[in-house]
Amino acid sequence: MDEPAIEVTGLRVRRGGHEVLRDIGFTVRRGTVTGLLGPNGCGKSTLMRSIVGVQVVEGGRVTVLGRAAGSPDLRRRIGYATQDPAIYADLTVTEALRYFAAVLGTGPSDVDRVIAQAGLTESARTLIGRLSGGQRGRANLAVALLGTPELLVLDEPTVGSDPELRDELWQLFHALAAAGTTLLISSHVMDEAARCDDLLLLHQGKLLARGAPAELRARTGAADLEQAFLRLIKGREGVRR
Amino acid sequence: MNALATTRRILTQLRHDPRTVALLVAVPSVLMILLRYVLNSEQRFSAVAPALLGIFPFTIMFLLTSVTTLRERTTGTLERLMTLPIGKLDLILGYALAFGLLAVLQVAVAAGIALTWLGLDIAGPVWALLLIVVLDALLGTALGLFVSAFARTEFQAIQFLPVFVLPQFLLCGLFVPRGDMGWVLSALSDVLPLSYAVDALTQVTRSAEIDGTLLRNIGIIAGCAVLALLLGAATLRRRTP
Repeated sequence: MDEPAIEVTGLRVRRGGHEVLRDIGFTVRRGTVTGLLGPNGCGKSTLMRSIVGVQVVEGGRVTVLGRAAGSPDLRRRIGYATQDPAIYADLTVTEALRYFAAVLGTGPSDVDRVIAQAGLTESARTLIGRLSGGQRGRANLAVALLGTPELLVLDEPTVGSDPELRDELWQLFHALAAAGTTLLISSHVMDEAARCDDLLLLHQGKLLARGAPAELRARTGAADLEQAFLRLIKGREGVRR
Repeated sequence: MNALATTRRILTQLRHDPRTVALLVAVPSVLMILLRYVLNSEQRFSAVAPALLGIFPFTIMFLLTSVTTLRERTTGTLERLMTLPIGKLDLILGYALAFGLLAVLQVAVAAGIALTWLGLDIAGPVWALLLIVVLDALLGTALGLFVSAFARTEFQAIQFLPVFVLPQFLLCGLFVPRGDMGWVLSALSDVLPLSYAVDALTQVTRSAEIDGTLLRNIGIIAGCAVLALLLGAATLRRRTP
């Protein structure tokens, strides 16, 4: 249980002719909530895809739950939700979840559980195409929760949610972590960063900094994480000059 | 097991879209009725109807499958499935089964109307006619699945209809007997699966005998459908750039 949930060394990824990830290395401890932060287009989604094992990588090693990323037996152990909901718009929430549950080999009780966890009980019989953006995002999240995976990789799971709902989701994430699940969550909202155990700051395809929120604030002497992040980016640009 | 889950999911999606199902069942029948009254003679109708009874479902299923599969690719659900424990062949078979059932329904209605109301008269057994026509529809499904891998947008997918279907239509022996074509066209016609379907259907129309040639032609259609399904499964990628 002491081995890390995710171990990345020297990861390089090229997409469309230019380097999207450059020499990324970090580890994620089990049972923690790790925030993956950075501006849009900095490579967050590509890094997540590499961890889930759907990204063609150029070099480096990604080990997830003790296996090489993309290993067949990881497919039951990782829950992955992309930023754009990847879910059938012409099915109801329950129907879509039943299908993914059947693929995973779990039953209807698992479907009921994730519907409750994602707060979708009231819209369980609604067509996904008719849901609001925030609800559709939660349906997308619910699919990732099926089968109680050991690792959850969630790409911007709170985008489009109002503050109240966002708070509920973060409570859920912490409850899952307390039960032993490891979570890797991307966001570009800094107030969410404060709720993570650990942070990875990605900037232009490089890992700029990592550490607990308090640690990063202390290191930069900034009052909040937004300032800390800005100082880290400026510091790096200063070095380059 | 996984294949059946996919079949059930696709049929549920269609249940939410009754207009598509109604069109699917009605269009070949309406075309047959149109053909009957355009030709204005039961004899001439009986000469070409069996071939067209094979070609209409082939074309419609090709189009339907390629668009549906492409939608699965563009909405990200295919990538999500590729992160889950589902076999590629399971997924393709699930598709083939769902659309195959639909094809059976479509063919049963169109053939039923042609054989009763429209006075289609065939010398061979009805079951042979139905078998060949259902295999044609399955072949269309399988080819549609396969070519959707090469389309990036739905516009491109629709363009594949004239590319893959219309040449077969021209060369299958419906307009000019295959024996009367020049050697280039004849050779082309020999490698296109629809030619064997039309040969088999013509034979069932004219003769009551089930001989080796007929069985060979039926075997070729089935073999091409299986080959297209395997090729379709081979185009699915777990990792993408």
